[in-house]
Amino acid sequence: MKIPPMTPAPLLRIDDCGLFCEAGGFHVDPWKGVERAVISHGHGDHARWGSQAYLAAAPSVPILKRRLGEEARIEGVPFGERVRLGEVTVSFHPAGHILGSAQVRVERGGEVWVFSGDYKRDADPTCEGFEIVPCHTFITEATFALPIYRWRPAAAEAREVLAWWEGNREAGRASVLFCYALGKAQRILGELARITEGERDRTVFVHGAVEPLNECYRQAGVVMLPTRPVAETTRGQSFAGELVLAPPSAGGSPWMRRFGHAATAFASGWMRVRGTRRRRGVDRGFVISDHADWPDLLRTIAETGAERVLTTHGYSDSLARYLRERGLQAGTLATPFAGEAAD
Amino acid sequence: MKRFATLYEALDRTTSTNEKVAALAAYFGSAPPEDAAWAVWFLTGRRLKRFLPSRLLAGWAMAEAAIPDWLFEESYASVGDLAETISLVLDGRGDRGDPEPAPDLPLSRWMAERLLPLRGLPPEEQRREVTAWWRGLPRWETFVLNKLLTGELRVGVSQTLVERALAQVAGVPPPALAHRLMGTWEPTADFYAGLFSPDTGEEDGARPYPFYLASPLEEPVESLGEPGEWLVEWKWDGIRAQLIRRGGGIHLWSRGEELITERFPELARAALSLLPDGTVLDGEILAFREGRPLPFAVLQRRIGRKKLTEKVLAEAPAAFVAYDLLEHEGRDLRETALATRREILERLLELGRPLFPVSSRVEATAWEEVARARTEARERGVEGLMLKRLSSPYRTGRKRGDWWKWKIDPFTLDAVLVYAQAGHGRRANLFTDYTFAVWSGGELVPVAKAYSGLSDEEIATLDGWIRRHTLQKFGPVRAVEPLQVFELAFEGIALSTRHKSGIAVRFPRIARWRTDKTPDQADTLEGIRRLIEA
Repeated sequence: MKIPPMTPAPLLRIDDCGLFCEAGGFHVDPWKGVERAVISHGHGDHARWGSQAYLAAAPSVPILKRRLGEEARIEGVPFGERVRLGEVTVSFHPAGHILGSAQVRVERGGEVWVFSGDYKRDADPTCEGFEIVPCHTFITEATFALPIYRWRPAAAEAREVLAWWEGNREAGRASVLFCYALGKAQRILGELARITEGERDRTVFVHGAVEPLNECYRQAGVVMLPTRPVAETTRGQSFAGELVLAPPSAGGSPWMRRFGHAATAFASGWMRVRGTRRRRGVDRGFVISDHADWPDLLRTIAETGAERVLTTHGYSDSLARYLRERGLQAGTLATPFAGEAAD
Repeated sequence: MKRFATLYEALDRTTSTNEKVAALAAYFGSAPPEDAAWAVWFLTGRRLKRFLPSRLLAGWAMAEAAIPDWLFEESYASVGDLAETISLVLDGRGDRGDPEPAPDLPLSRWMAERLLPLRGLPPEEQRREVTAWWRGLPRWETFVLNKLLTGELRVGVSQTLVERALAQVAGVPPPALAHRLMGTWEPTADFYAGLFSPDTGEEDGARPYPFYLASPLEEPVESLGEPGEWLVEWKWDGIRAQLIRRGGGIHLWSRGEELITERFPELARAALSLLPDGTVLDGEILAFREGRPLPFAVLQRRIGRKKLTEKVLAEAPAAFVAYDLLEHEGRDLRETALATRREILERLLELGRPLFPVSSRVEATAWEEVARARTEARERGVEGLMLKRLSSPYRTGRKRGDWWKWKIDPFTLDAVLVYAQAGHGRRANLFTDYTFAVWSGGELVPVAKAYSGLSDEEIATLDGWIRRHTLQKFGPVRAVEPLQVFELAFEGIALSTRHKSGIAVRFPRIARWRTDKTPDQADTLEGIRRLIEA
């Protein structure tokens, strides 16, 4: 799409607090407390505490309440519904990243900006599928914007997780799989539920940080393997043969001792590179990511029809340079979003 | 190839030693001998002469993947391994599925029919061959092929693990197997079959024994018990070597299992007349003059020469300082106590001087005397002391308990971090290679590079700091704000014309992150120069 002539000030720009929309009087995913925050999704680097009012996609609200507290003023808007804020119209569109994750569309006088938040294009049984939103300016994440990052379908990788779990069960070991508590854990539970449908009971043990988020997903009707918090087991419980999901921060902590000689693995897009896996000291890496890989970043940018692309977090420099060499108007936006932290 | 790639993958997928040995044993138990021979070759870290320059491979990969070179470079910087980077950018070109698989070819045929003949081909034909292979192989096999092509096939298994697995499958004692893997051999089915032959005690005449290596002494020296039970020697700073006098010939091996006989013709000549057949000595080759060692740099200059002229030989006269006797009159003495081996050694080399002195004993009856002797080490041009239990056998590898090295405390200096570069392998994508500078006339002059010494946590913190305080990028190198001070430890220092600072430090590493110091408190070049004179 061509940018209409005589464009006034940019619709979104960086200020001290975040991505600011002056015409609409709000910030998108602000990193400091503001009057009105428009939130793309529930991960901690995007949904921060301290703003006076929050606006988000409706399916995201239960997760945000859990993150920001019941007292936070959070208003949900159904996907696709347009809301008037100041001089602009705002709407949320599925980003396919985690449950309720949204791209934020901002329109004023026929000019459209879209902030992608974090997104992926691959099928995910636990969240709404990504939707292409045509725009003039597309602000895209760039977490995995190098050509070395390409994902296989997550279902294929989930089958590897299952085979690994089975192998450890036969060897009488526990399988501890590190993954982010919000989104990745539920996606793994969802993928495993799909490929083990009709089998024996497969209850998965989970760390205390994971279970409350499982609840949010179950209430939204997402089908996952049954789970049981590790904390609810009695002392001396054997975990041999069991699968345990835990956040990466649990690795190397005293909490791990109860699993004895467990096999360990990490599920993340970063596991595509052997060095990253070896640095983590885990046995296995499963390449499961909730971010777009290199081909999907390029495909998405092309499909939005955007004439100008701004890249944030991750390999934003590389992506912007690559796009410029392809004749697009592209630059970087400096944000503190972490994408998928490597460590 | 598939079988070997699968083995590589299995080794790569576990951090457990037992599982690695099990995977190796399963492979050795089932692979055809001509393939297994190559596997042993690669897994024990042996290399072939390079097939082609790595930069050619990188160039072909960029063209295949249709990406610009700067993007390939960024990818490489992020992965830290060329073979892996290539396999990743080639994965899923166009579509996302695996390529139409080409029929599998055994590893030995890959070597004989494809890789070895590659050397004689002009670049364009090499390119045609290699890209065709890439197109026919799935991701992991492409990676393993690239590892073979770049000659950097490190799998994360030590030679000891390979020996353990082979010994298990062959039913041969591990030391005998270790011995069979020493020295020069060709990766053939016959060689592999030889590994499995019963242990007869008779081994190939030129082959050295596995070296026994000392561990650093970390406990107080008193914890070793009675001083009288220990042999105390100087720790010489030269080339650890084994001298083999068998079958009428002389073979000189370095610890890196390199045959270096031709580098030291005067030693070989002298040994031939001095030693009876059936003798193996363990010792250190040093540049030696008038009973005193010359700096390691002198020896190094000699090793670097293609031609050993009279002048070179005169400038760096070599001696073999003998530590130990491993074989005497054709008999393996390794199970005999050190005290006895040493006695025979001293008798044998009575007339050995000046080229074959026995490493002198540091006479001491109390640990305090030993500690005092250690303080003289630097003055004597040695690295410290060796402590060897007199009742011990000659073991294999770095077994703790009987041999200790007690080095002198290193020199230290405080320097400022000025450049950082991402590491490789496990440290890819993290800034772990640092350049440090000291003051000279109000300017910071780089004096040392260091890669080790920080904890993983410190590395992560420093990595974040570097990213936030980059002044300038030069390709993969970042110039950072000169604010962080580190204490560097190093073993030696010498004047150098090759370095801008005019000095070269030996084995620099980070001792401490001096967060308590500001850059102006770092050392000066003049101060360091004074260390040389001292």
